[in-house]
Amino acid sequence: MTNKALRRWAPAVALLAAGTLGLTACGSSGGSGSGSGSGGSDADAVQSALTKGGDITVWAWEPTLKQVVADFQTKYPKVHVKLVNAGTGNDQYTALQNAVQAGKGVPDVAQIEYYALSQFALGKSVTDLSSYGAKGLAKTYSPGPWNSVNVNGGVYGLPMDSGPMALFYNKKVFDKYKLPVPTTWDQYLDDARKLHQADPKAYITSDTGDAGMTTSLIWQAGGKPYKVDGTKVSVDFAGDAGTASYTKVWQQLVSEHLLSPVPGWSDQWYKGLGDGTIATLATGAWMPANFSSGVKDASGDWRVAPLPQWQSGQSASAENGGSSLAVMQASGNKALAYAFLQYANQGAGVQTRVKGGAFPATTADLNSQAFLDTPFPYFGGQQANKIFSESAKNVLPGWSYLPYQVYANSVFNDTVGKAYVSSTSLTDGLKAWQDQSVSYGKQQGFSVG
Amino acid sequence: MAVLSPRAEAGRSAAGRRRGDGGPAGRRRVAGWGFITPFLVVFALVFLAPIAYSIYLSLFRDQLIGGNHFVGLDNYTQAFQDHAFWSGLSRVGLFLVVQVPIMLGIALLVALALDSGRLYGRDFFRISIFLPYAVPAVVATLMWGFMYGKRFGLVASVNQHLHTSLPDPLSPSWVLASIGNIVTWEFVGYNMLIFYAALRVIPESLYEAAEIDGAGQWRIIAAIKLPAIRGALVIATIFSIIGSFQLFNEPSILKSLAPNAITTYFTPNLYTYSLSFSGQQHNYAATVAIVMGVVTMIVAYVVQLRGMRKEA
Repeated sequence: MTNKALRRWAPAVALLAAGTLGLTACGSSGGSGSGSGSGGSDADAVQSALTKGGDITVWAWEPTLKQVVADFQTKYPKVHVKLVNAGTGNDQYTALQNAVQAGKGVPDVAQIEYYALSQFALGKSVTDLSSYGAKGLAKTYSPGPWNSVNVNGGVYGLPMDSGPMALFYNKKVFDKYKLPVPTTWDQYLDDARKLHQADPKAYITSDTGDAGMTTSLIWQAGGKPYKVDGTKVSVDFAGDAGTASYTKVWQQLVSEHLLSPVPGWSDQWYKGLGDGTIATLATGAWMPANFSSGVKDASGDWRVAPLPQWQSGQSASAENGGSSLAVMQASGNKALAYAFLQYANQGAGVQTRVKGGAFPATTADLNSQAFLDTPFPYFGGQQANKIFSESAKNVLPGWSYLPYQVYANSVFNDTVGKAYVSSTSLTDGLKAWQDQSVSYGKQQGFSVG
Repeated sequence: MAVLSPRAEAGRSAAGRRRGDGGPAGRRRVAGWGFITPFLVVFALVFLAPIAYSIYLSLFRDQLIGGNHFVGLDNYTQAFQDHAFWSGLSRVGLFLVVQVPIMLGIALLVALALDSGRLYGRDFFRISIFLPYAVPAVVATLMWGFMYGKRFGLVASVNQHLHTSLPDPLSPSWVLASIGNIVTWEFVGYNMLIFYAALRVIPESLYEAAEIDGAGQWRIIAAIKLPAIRGALVIATIFSIIGSFQLFNEPSILKSLAPNAITTYFTPNLYTYSLSFSGQQHNYAATVAIVMGVVTMIVAYVVQLRGMRKEA
């Protein structure tokens, strides 16, 4: 009986409810309040998700997140976060794209590097966080990372860290062979020769063709091979002056076999960083956390110096890597996922991560005296953040990545990689990379010039 | 010919019945469909639907800008002009021509040696040669990858202790041979077992007769054993051809150790994978997969025809 009654009444009730909703919608559409109104309710949803609890899965390789997750769960006992390391960089993106394509096993939150975020945003795999109030965070983050998470008018992630570059060098090795800490890349080349001559097993650095490092060094040299304006894209390594400065020095390092042929992030690589056979590493300021977790044995051996310059007397820098945390479109609990993002990248999680050796993207933390004065026991007590912060200020403006940089980077070793194992020159390799990036862009419907 | 006759017989008698009376035969036909439907449904879902879906996918193009639209046979035209695809295909072709004969040759040799009955500890050899097949390909490749390492691996140790300078197995010019070595190691035991099983069913009386006629061991192998296991040889060859064309695990895992030697289009399968997951070109990946499937079918069919003709 009651069932029957319900069935008879349900449509009427629904109609009534819809009518009221329509009325309120009409009422609020008079002003520009409708957007912020829905934002407010979504923000409330974030708060209630925290008290209600639930399970979320986070895919990330950033080591300091482990502590953040633990603290987050202590603070909100009803929330369970499953932290999964699904690989570093490209490996993780492949797994992520697999999952998105399959529509199954997609995490709620994923770590996505800045260079890759626009591709995921264009592919609609990640959620626009504007409705959760992310639009208003422009002042919270330093401009570089903030620009990177803004794609086509939406905010697709919260910046987790940033990667102003610096030169990490093994002081023990430099002292042993009485090498000067290089201030220019020419001097770096000189050191590379001397070091390898003194100890044929030791190399100045390892490089088997790393798209991220190559583009960052070209960036630092003032190059702008990529120009992006909406769907208009151009790629030009051949006529780019910064690229020419890079290849001039790097070609000699490659041709004279001064680079250790050990792929980055492999077991051999960590071993090399530990035993002095890889003497320097030019990379982003997020590296210290990886040093203290992956190369424990060499604690105290390493120091940080400003990045060598392409022209002496300058102080140019570039960003390398740096990641955001993004909420996946397929997430079943976006409100809770965003709550985790807020905690990790804006709230108490930031301090936890800074203590673990991460380099923040939040301006408040970057400018705090306590942050700048922090000694790094791993680097023999050096106040490395001063060098990183200085580097962050000197990052050259105007660089942009391709909106399909993940693909471009995946074919880097097919093209530029040839220069590392055959007589092909870096210049020819970069030209081949350019051609492939152009033809892919055309296939994907970009207008490529 | 003798094999064909019962089927022909059955066909004739069925035709006879059909001519006889329509009523019960019609009912019988409906009943027949009833029996076959469950199988057909599963068959259609599991075998036909994925193929049909791939073909459907291959007629579209999904772009980052502009979305999904029908492009007819454009993807196929692109595949036939794709340098990367052809270089991958010719690489597995080379692999097929060189590695498969070596692998099957070794397998045959071992099978004949085991079958000769002159080997001491036959069961031990049989199991130890078969053992690599039980090791998952991923584990096997990782293991060999470490041995190939020029800095810390076996190759490094050999170079260090014997003062030799072995070429780097993971350099672009050697990496295909290194993969061939891994695959041979993995599959010799498997093929050996196929050959050995075929050899065991040859009647002893043939050997006795040959001995009475004064035939030596080599003569017995050439005149009795090899012709008798031709079917098994053809089957093993076809499996190996398909395996070569589908080469994926080994190069895909070694790629992390030799990123510049193994390209993203090293083999057609690896190429499909890269297209699909790095470039999100699912439609083109489906096209390449279909073309590759057709090529494999043609080659396997030609080999089968040749093998069977010799037999007749």
